[in-house]
Amino acid sequence: MESLIEFISQPWHWSISGVMIVVVMYLLLWLGGEFGVSSNLRTLCAIGGAGRRHEFFNFNWRNQLWNLAFVGGAIIGGYIAVTFLASPEPVQISASTQSYLQSVGIATPQTLEEGRGYVPTEIFNLETLLTLKGVLMLVVGGFFVGFGTRWAGGCTSGHAISGLSNLQLPSLIAVIGFFIGGLLMTHFILPIIFSLL
Amino acid sequence: MKLIKFFLTGILFGIVMTKSEAVSWFRIQEMFRFESFHMYGIIGTAVVLGVIVIALIKRFGGITIYGDPIAFRPKAMSISRYLFGGTIFGLGWAMTGACPGPLFTLVGHGTSVILVVILSAIIGTYVYGALRHQLPH
Repeated sequence: MESLIEFISQPWHWSISGVMIVVVMYLLLWLGGEFGVSSNLRTLCAIGGAGRRHEFFNFNWRNQLWNLAFVGGAIIGGYIAVTFLASPEPVQISASTQSYLQSVGIATPQTLEEGRGYVPTEIFNLETLLTLKGVLMLVVGGFFVGFGTRWAGGCTSGHAISGLSNLQLPSLIAVIGFFIGGLLMTHFILPIIFSLL
Repeated sequence: MKLIKFFLTGILFGIVMTKSEAVSWFRIQEMFRFESFHMYGIIGTAVVLGVIVIALIKRFGGITIYGDPIAFRPKAMSISRYLFGGTIFGLGWAMTGACPGPLFTLVGHGTSVILVVILSAIIGTYVYGALRHQLPH
């Protein structure tokens, strides 16, 4: 058992991760659900009473509770993964990305004392949230995630995985959009945001 | 009982998101800078295997745990909605380094500031719902 936990705790090869994502997708279909995380944001709006103002949120959200149970599980899964299955080293990022990030003032953790390499501590903290850089990265960024996924009718799970697996042309268009936006942000807009004090 | 099964599947998902490192902001930067194959390997493997699994479900009539046929809802064709909506999401994905799955997973990592990102994402969804009749679909 201990060696099994040690085995799972290593960073996973990308092919194993890809297979496990399909296992999750299949389990959801088998349970009578589907793989699409962003719809939960709509459900949360509906639970909050948004259906009284806008018909888009006027639906029986109780039928979507299974998906909220799923993301509730994801929170616990995240906790289990960093608590009991923690990797022996931080995420290994390519040297070229590291040196670019270094040049814009973001350090990539080299040891577990410096961080696990999931989020950059320079940006993901409550003090930065009070700066223009923090508001742009976290508040505006989060807004775009919520607005864009609902306009596109899905996110990485619903379009890139479920939709492409089902050979849906709309999902291919959405994924092309994901990359247009991601590349624009990474190569043209983020360098400006990073230069803000 | 039904919800517990989804909850357990979610636990697996949170572990997969973490161990795959798809939750990592650094991995998303790397992906959009084309400086590592890691994320492309994950998504590519999932899509290739996913195509096979869904084709098999359709070919052999896969059923759910309750004995109903597994149903797929085809997405209505449009270009503007997917392209514009997708692009906005892409902008946010590159900023926060998190798509919705990792957003929730990071709560379990104890990254408390991610709650602000989730709240913003909920507000973004609400504003979409309020403005959707003015947007091309």
